[in-house]
Amino acid sequence: MTIPDWLDDFLWTYQNLIHDLGINGLLALAMYVVLAVGQLSLGQAAFMGLGAYSSALLTLKLKLPFLIVLPASCVVPILFALAIGVPTLRLSGVYLAIATIGLGEVLRAVYINVDLFGGALGINGIPESAETWMIFGLLAAATVALWLVGRSYIGRAMEAMREDATAAAAMGVNVARYQLAALVTSAMLAGLAGALSAHVSSFIGPNEYGFDRAVTILSFALLGGIGNPFAPVAGAWFLTLLPEAMRDLPEVRLALNGIIIVLIVLFLPRGLLGWRMKRRAA
Amino acid sequence: MLAQQLANGVLLGATYALFALGFTLMFGVLRVINLTYGFYFSAGAFLSLALTKGLGLGIWTALPIAAIGAGVIAVVIDFLLLTRLRRRPTAELDSLMATLGGVLALYAVMTAWLGPDIRRLPPDLISADAIVIAGLRITEAQLLILGATIVLVAALLALMRGTRLGLGIRAMAEKPDAAGLMGINIARTTALVSFLSGTLAGAGGVLIGLNFNAIEPYMGEQMMLRGFVVIIVGGLGDISGALIAGVALGIIEVLTAGYLSSGLKEAVAFSILVIVLWTRPQGLFGRAVVRRA
Amino acid sequence: MSLLTTRGLTRRYAGLIAVDHVDLDIPEGGIHAVIGPNGAGKTTLFNLISGLVMPSEGSITFAGTDVSTLPSFRRASLGMARTFQNIRIFGAMTVLENVLTGMHPALHAGLASVIFRLPSFRIEERQAVARARAALDLVGLTSRAGEPASALAYGDQRRLEIARAIGPQPRLLLLDEPAAGMNPAETIALADLVRTIAKTGVTVILVEHDMGFVMGLSDSVAVLNFGRRIFTGTPAAVRSDPAVVEAYLGARLAAKLKAQHDAQ
Repeated sequence: MTIPDWLDDFLWTYQNLIHDLGINGLLALAMYVVLAVGQLSLGQAAFMGLGAYSSALLTLKLKLPFLIVLPASCVVPILFALAIGVPTLRLSGVYLAIATIGLGEVLRAVYINVDLFGGALGINGIPESAETWMIFGLLAAATVALWLVGRSYIGRAMEAMREDATAAAAMGVNVARYQLAALVTSAMLAGLAGALSAHVSSFIGPNEYGFDRAVTILSFALLGGIGNPFAPVAGAWFLTLLPEAMRDLPEVRLALNGIIIVLIVLFLPRGLLGWRMKRRAA
Repeated sequence: MLAQQLANGVLLGATYALFALGFTLMFGVLRVINLTYGFYFSAGAFLSLALTKGLGLGIWTALPIAAIGAGVIAVVIDFLLLTRLRRRPTAELDSLMATLGGVLALYAVMTAWLGPDIRRLPPDLISADAIVIAGLRITEAQLLILGATIVLVAALLALMRGTRLGLGIRAMAEKPDAAGLMGINIARTTALVSFLSGTLAGAGGVLIGLNFNAIEPYMGEQMMLRGFVVIIVGGLGDISGALIAGVALGIIEVLTAGYLSSGLKEAVAFSILVIVLWTRPQGLFGRAVVRRA
Repeated sequence: MSLLTTRGLTRRYAGLIAVDHVDLDIPEGGIHAVIGPNGAGKTTLFNLISGLVMPSEGSITFAGTDVSTLPSFRRASLGMARTFQNIRIFGAMTVLENVLTGMHPALHAGLASVIFRLPSFRIEERQAVARARAALDLVGLTSRAGEPASALAYGDQRRLEIARAIGPQPRLLLLDEPAAGMNPAETIALADLVRTIAKTGVTVILVEHDMGFVMGLSDSVAVLNFGRRIFTGTPAAVRSDPAVVEAYLGARLAAKLKAQHDAQ
């Protein structure tokens, strides 16, 4: 099937933007999953970086095919998630939040100072093995899977936990297990996003996975809302398209993210689109 | 050589301790992780810049004025961001997010207004001479830091233990609802805690700016990671814990930079954080209340 | 066999003993009350039994299993259910969904089964909904099944909380001051509901202040004062026990009453 020329041109010109929409969608889902169980983890950007770097090294050093690299890129993020997540399960939520805020910046220092990661210049020459359909396919699959899970006893347990964890536990919900599972899922999604991103832009650098990105991801989910998995993706798309108008002003974008977060948390905690989804399948 | 490293570490640690004090105070009393704290640190530094360069004041005058200025800014911003959130069941995490967003916006505004370049305090502000005590080289700036830290900590402890205001603060920390019923003015005490916290941050900003001879908008941000490590290792809300953990971190950092590599300082600090989370999250003195509600 | 046994159950907080070496033996079946003046430790006792709070000393045995240090979600899986003094329903969820969350221990479908909507998941879910609707029928909230729980009046919210607790057909139901905040008519209706529930075979333990509610309803009564159990017996016997009277009225008034009584 050949597509018309104008469409072809359009897709070519906006290729990066289209990829960003898909990848940011995945990152927004990674944020959604932890917020949906009432946790705050800001580690998605760090997990993304771990996924990006490990996938780049797997492809370039071990010459593994992309279909193996992609799932393998989840391993390191998940390990880090467990290292931070397990001890904080029995602690108040602030500890997880604090531990994950710092992770991105710490890893940045490591990427810069260790030769294997290419130092300050990062890694380039990564083959562009990731196709657009892979990105959006994964995004669609993840969104639908989360939606289906949401309409089951698991989704009910998650919402109950978010509202009142003590009462949920009295109802038989193993709160700690779900929180850990959410964190691991979040690391997996972010790791995949990182690997995909590395293999469409062919270059990754140490400054892309730190505090700025962590906050941006948070603003995706807060803006869209977390009542259902489509909302944060919509939030991601809105905020990804918005800067096109402000491409030359990165500080403005960051300030805007900050202001959005403040306004949403203070005045619109459910986000713009966070309508509740039905939680039963029968 | 080692002794010199240790001395440097202690002095660096004193600043970390000072930074962490206000941070842990906010959490201990108000149950808020206030991420705008780093901004007050930068604000204090820039205020001191304006006072010394613009008005020609000496460091001994500029320091307290800048610190108080940062304290006032803190009262205003904390009031705007946090008052609404206090009543919510998810207050802790909500205030973390709100202050996260807030600090970004504040840094962006500051950078836009003042520019991202690194500035320096006037060179004649403090003598660059070093005194030699017991074979250890200590600069006047470092002495100033140590002295100021001691004075501020002593003042804080005196306030908390010896005054009615301090009593009110401690009551609020333990049981906010009961404190209100006992006649403690919650709004005023909250503002006071914000003020104290901001003042400590501001003072820290001036002192660090002086010590490293570098002032730029995002300097508070870089301190935040250290701040996190210190307050968790010391125990969330535990003042003496923060002091000891701060000094310890300073020593560990200097030794890491000296014997391993400067670039791994953050990694070491963060690893300590993770280890503490696994082994002793309630902090050095075991006083932090850590369990999920 | 006793369904719930506690031996030397104690809970200390810095500076006070909330529950002081309490021994309880609750048989299977029937309605059992725990009463006592304010601050006697009743809610703490409940929290110890249901697992919200861990004991400082002593043991709790439920249906033959030592549950003393088990987290609350595990005790729920073993067949313990409870309501809370300040109603803790999930306001954002619908009435039916609230009751469905109570069915959690019975739902086991794996992740793959859920995502691919395999028969094992669908059957489980359907059964859960059927049982949830039955529970709503029992408490009389069938017509409100699709509404958000926060829209219910206080009395109905209490019923919803009870429905959520009995949905999974627990062996033990702990009711923490169920009649709190209710007018006399609602209280009578609630007592009927509790009786109906007990008839289905659920053992009920309730903590209450409302004496009329407790006395007309319970098969046995345990009295706590200052964290200690001072009496166990039938409702009739409780009224006249001197220790109980003293606990509620204070020593002076109790002595005066006794003097009056003896003089007659």
